[in-house]
Amino acid sequence: MPVWLALTLALCWPIAFAAASDFAPVIEGRPLAFPADTGAHPDYRTEWWYITGWLTDETGIERGFQVTFFRVGTGIGADNPSRFAPRQLILAHAAIADPSVGSLIHAERIERALEPLAGAAMGQTRAWIADWELASDATDGPERYRTRIEADDFALDLELVTTGPPLPNGRGGFSQKTPDPSNASYYYSRPQLAVEGRIRLDGTDRHVTGHAWLDHEWSSEIMPEEAQGWDWIGINLHDGGSLMAFRMRGRDGSALWTSGTLRDGAAPARTLVPDEVRFQPGRLWQSPRTGTRYPVEWTLEVAGRTLRLEPLMDDQELDGRRSTGIVYWEGAVRVYEADREVGRGYLEMTGYAQRPDSL
Amino acid sequence: MGILGSGNSAALRHVFLASLRRRRLATALSLLAIALGVALGLAVQLIHTAALDELDRGMRLLSGEADLQVVGPRSGFDDAVYARIALHPTVAAASPLLEIQARLPGRDETLRVFGIDLFRVAQVTPSLLPIVETAAADGEDPEGSDADRPDRLAALQPDALFLSPAASTRLELDAGDAVVVQVGIGEARLRVAGSVPSAGVGQVLAVMDIAGAQQTFDRIGRLTRIDLRLAPGIERGPAQELLRDLLPPGVTLLTPEETASEVTGVSRAYRVNLTMLAAIALLTGGFLVFSTQWLAVVRRRREFAFLRALGLDRNSLERGLLTEGALLGLIGGIAGVLLAYLLTALAFRLIGGDLGAGFFRGVAPQLRVEPVLTLAYLGLGVLAGVAGAWLPAREAARMVPARGLRAGDEAEVYQARPRRGAALIALSVAALLCLLPPIGGVPVSGYLAVALILVAAVLAIPGATVGAMRLLPVRGSLVTRLARARLAAAPGQAVVAGVGVVASVALAVSMAIMVDSFRDSLDAWLTRMLPADLYLRASDSGASGYLDPDAVARVAALPGVAGVRPVRFENLRIGEVREAIALIARPVQDTSGLPLVAGTLDPPAGPGTDPPTWISEALADRLDLGVDDPLALPLGEQIQTFRIVGIWRDYARQQGAAVIELETFRALTGDRRTNDLGLSLAPGTDPVEVMSAIRATLGDRVSEMILPGELRSMILQVFDRTFLATYLMLAVAVTIGLFGIGTTFAALASSRQKEFGILRHLGLPRRRIGTLLALEAALTAAVGVGVGLAAGAAIALVLIRVINPQSFHWSMDMQLPLATLLVFGSAMILLAALAARLAGRQAMRQDAVLAVREDW
Repeated sequence: MPVWLALTLALCWPIAFAAASDFAPVIEGRPLAFPADTGAHPDYRTEWWYITGWLTDETGIERGFQVTFFRVGTGIGADNPSRFAPRQLILAHAAIADPSVGSLIHAERIERALEPLAGAAMGQTRAWIADWELASDATDGPERYRTRIEADDFALDLELVTTGPPLPNGRGGFSQKTPDPSNASYYYSRPQLAVEGRIRLDGTDRHVTGHAWLDHEWSSEIMPEEAQGWDWIGINLHDGGSLMAFRMRGRDGSALWTSGTLRDGAAPARTLVPDEVRFQPGRLWQSPRTGTRYPVEWTLEVAGRTLRLEPLMDDQELDGRRSTGIVYWEGAVRVYEADREVGRGYLEMTGYAQRPDSL
Repeated sequence: MGILGSGNSAALRHVFLASLRRRRLATALSLLAIALGVALGLAVQLIHTAALDELDRGMRLLSGEADLQVVGPRSGFDDAVYARIALHPTVAAASPLLEIQARLPGRDETLRVFGIDLFRVAQVTPSLLPIVETAAADGEDPEGSDADRPDRLAALQPDALFLSPAASTRLELDAGDAVVVQVGIGEARLRVAGSVPSAGVGQVLAVMDIAGAQQTFDRIGRLTRIDLRLAPGIERGPAQELLRDLLPPGVTLLTPEETASEVTGVSRAYRVNLTMLAAIALLTGGFLVFSTQWLAVVRRRREFAFLRALGLDRNSLERGLLTEGALLGLIGGIAGVLLAYLLTALAFRLIGGDLGAGFFRGVAPQLRVEPVLTLAYLGLGVLAGVAGAWLPAREAARMVPARGLRAGDEAEVYQARPRRGAALIALSVAALLCLLPPIGGVPVSGYLAVALILVAAVLAIPGATVGAMRLLPVRGSLVTRLARARLAAAPGQAVVAGVGVVASVALAVSMAIMVDSFRDSLDAWLTRMLPADLYLRASDSGASGYLDPDAVARVAALPGVAGVRPVRFENLRIGEVREAIALIARPVQDTSGLPLVAGTLDPPAGPGTDPPTWISEALADRLDLGVDDPLALPLGEQIQTFRIVGIWRDYARQQGAAVIELETFRALTGDRRTNDLGLSLAPGTDPVEVMSAIRATLGDRVSEMILPGELRSMILQVFDRTFLATYLMLAVAVTIGLFGIGTTFAALASSRQKEFGILRHLGLPRRRIGTLLALEAALTAAVGVGVGLAAGAAIALVLIRVINPQSFHWSMDMQLPLATLLVFGSAMILLAALAARLAGRQAMRQDAVLAVREDW
């Protein structure tokens, strides 16, 4: 549940209400169909493919990485025969968390969907902006994703091999975000992706391996008026299982809604109802740039288990004041259970600086 | 070395520089001439430099960091090219643009609108990036949004228009206001959604989303430009070659400098010509310095002889006199520089940066101090002063002191030799120079020929004077015979008095002939080009208005309309020349209207022959093509070969134009739009009634109509305004020339006092002496005017046959405005006589006895 959602909403707000009916509603009971649903759903307002994970290079250095492709329906230009009609925008964002750097290295792109320069294809995952790309391929062996990002300061070229079928979140892929079921999305995850590829940092290529997580989510209306932000995690557990959990916070900081999906080892996945998930903030870190204070350590109670989150590094804040206007924290975390590391993944925290979409 | 050795500079200063103060009127005239020459020249340069700078800045701003630009015909090119270019490995960033001159109905101006992809424009042309501003009155905003949050989607709205600060001021529009633009003969409503803050101060433009622009202006699928930034390590040259292969015919790749030079290139000939006119004013100033200095030398002949006898050496004397000239030049130059800046500031305030030819319309330049230019013109002023003083200084230095001390010796300096040989050589060289081609589009040799003709004219004065006096009848009144004898014996006097007259008359006459010929040819051309009874158009041919076939049909069906002749304007890029050429698609063969200079309107059309085209002289010159040559034109993104069947005179499009049949154009491009519609009316129809009927049919805000007569007088008015600057400079030159005669004769009168004294003693009444002076002046002026007329005609020939074709690629028929020249010449002679008479009065007031005695 990446913060780019917030960005999209920020982009959309002037027409959010006027045009809400132009987009398809998210209704419970629509079964997800694969691989068709791995492709784009342009009838819905927003959609993203969100990859997070941990990478280890030949020298054993560990880094976090994140690649997101976004599709946004604008509601503009439906009647315009121009090839430039901005009906759909494609956004891409990539970041690397390198403890030796101490803060995130990141880059972003935004374009209107315009074949063959940028777009999000239907039927199977493929989203791209020029040479930045994320695509899936199931023709030969297990289904795999390939993503390539060539930014000025860094580059990523990774192959992510799936180790199981898509894992629907919520009730059969219908993921409710607040007590009001109209604030919902279609949402599935691909945990435990085996990663191999290359990253470029400081002008040198490094061969990397690791584990990653992919979220694919689409919806037309997620964040209600009374929400302030959210906390989200996607964790690959060392036992082969996975944990997704999120909490939507109200303006007063209280939880409006919590939910999650837990798979213990090889056991079947279980959808967690709001009562089964509790987020408890721990140590606070204050950003020297924005002055925002983030709880970078957490204690989670999930289905009776107590988990502790610790960040790869404290400063994984993204300061978008100059571009998107959004300030949030999105970074690699380790998960401990009784002082034993049980998994690794990503944590995202929004709404600590200001409400992401400014509503 | 005597008391006046070169070390004694204070004494020298007294002798030389103080003398300038004593001859106040003459000095003032020389100063004025130099100051005006410098002022006009520098002002023209300053105005153009500022206008060009602003234009250049605008171009650079609008090209941003682009390494290359894909450009095509004015109507643009297929936007399918864009993806091909953008994906090419040599391209780091590509930003598509659709530029439209949007006509604003109800306003008498157009607005330059750039349709941009705002996600791309920042990578190449950040100055065009729009910023959304919400109108203060807009109440839809709950609790106020964060001011620093860019609202990008608002900029994507198809009706959102963003104005540059200059456009916002010019149109008096703010965020939230509605803007109505014309599309075809319809109107579209846009909304000012914000600004383009980084557009330059002087840039009047607007920006909107490219999809909205394509839709609003009915240009779906078209682009006019793609700005490219090349990948690191890629050179422009090879990339240009590689990318050109991806482009359809007629679409090309230019560097931003090349795009900019298209504009500056077209205006260069015009700028050079104005500069040359200013140089002529300066030249006249130089001649005047020559006149004053020469006379001063004559008057101070005994003074110099005395100084020489006291030990002043030849070189010091010459140097001193040259210093006098330099000082004149310097003071005149400084005054001229000040005047130039004043003029420039005034011009910017009153008329902007455009000096009449329309090249710099819409540019709002700022006055800036240009040190190099200023110093250069100051130097030219000094040079004019020194050059004018050079001959007199040499003459003074050559004088033998013993003879100079004797009275009556000054007559010797008027013993100018007729330099027929030198004059002939100058004329021959001038004739040869006329055969040379222009250098970089500027007819340098033509201007040199003009200068040489002037020199030849000045050299010819003594001979002409002597010859003219021989022709004069020997009998006649005493005064006539005296005047004749004096001039025949001392032709140098005519040189001194007449040199300014010859120069200014020659230039005035040449310009008069040239302008008259031009105006006549232009008038004839307009009559030929505007054969219809009434013209209708939706907007300027480059702007967003046009007539669709339905509108044309509706107009044709109106009562009283006997026929319509649609014209479509386009411009094309052909490989051979860098600037785009104009394409005019209209019916030709069954109409009267093309001012052909070669070829035919009715070519034999056989099967298998290429369609005919008629090209303008400019295009024929630039491509070196003649009748029956083939010409390939990129139309509808393919190459079509045409057959040149005629060459026509075109005063409107310096870059060159080709006319083709409208039907051919429509068949090749599928473009059925019409820019101009010529209407022929049924006999007895009142054009005004037809005009109201058209207004009622098409709506009265979206079309312009004009009667050919009005259009013609409008164009001729513009023409006259263009040459107003020329006329002004000439008037100044002629006045200065006249003043020159006046001062010369004043000086002559005072130096000839003893001659007049003797004449008085011999019984000549004082009045008759005045008549004598006036007659001498009239004769001198007559010779000057005569030589000037001849030289002027020669220069006009050079202007018409060499300089105009070479600078502007157009021809004209030479026309001698005999009546005007006659009146002008007679007036000059009369005025000269009057000036001499007035100037001599002072000298004649003296007592005859004293005058004679003084020298003994």
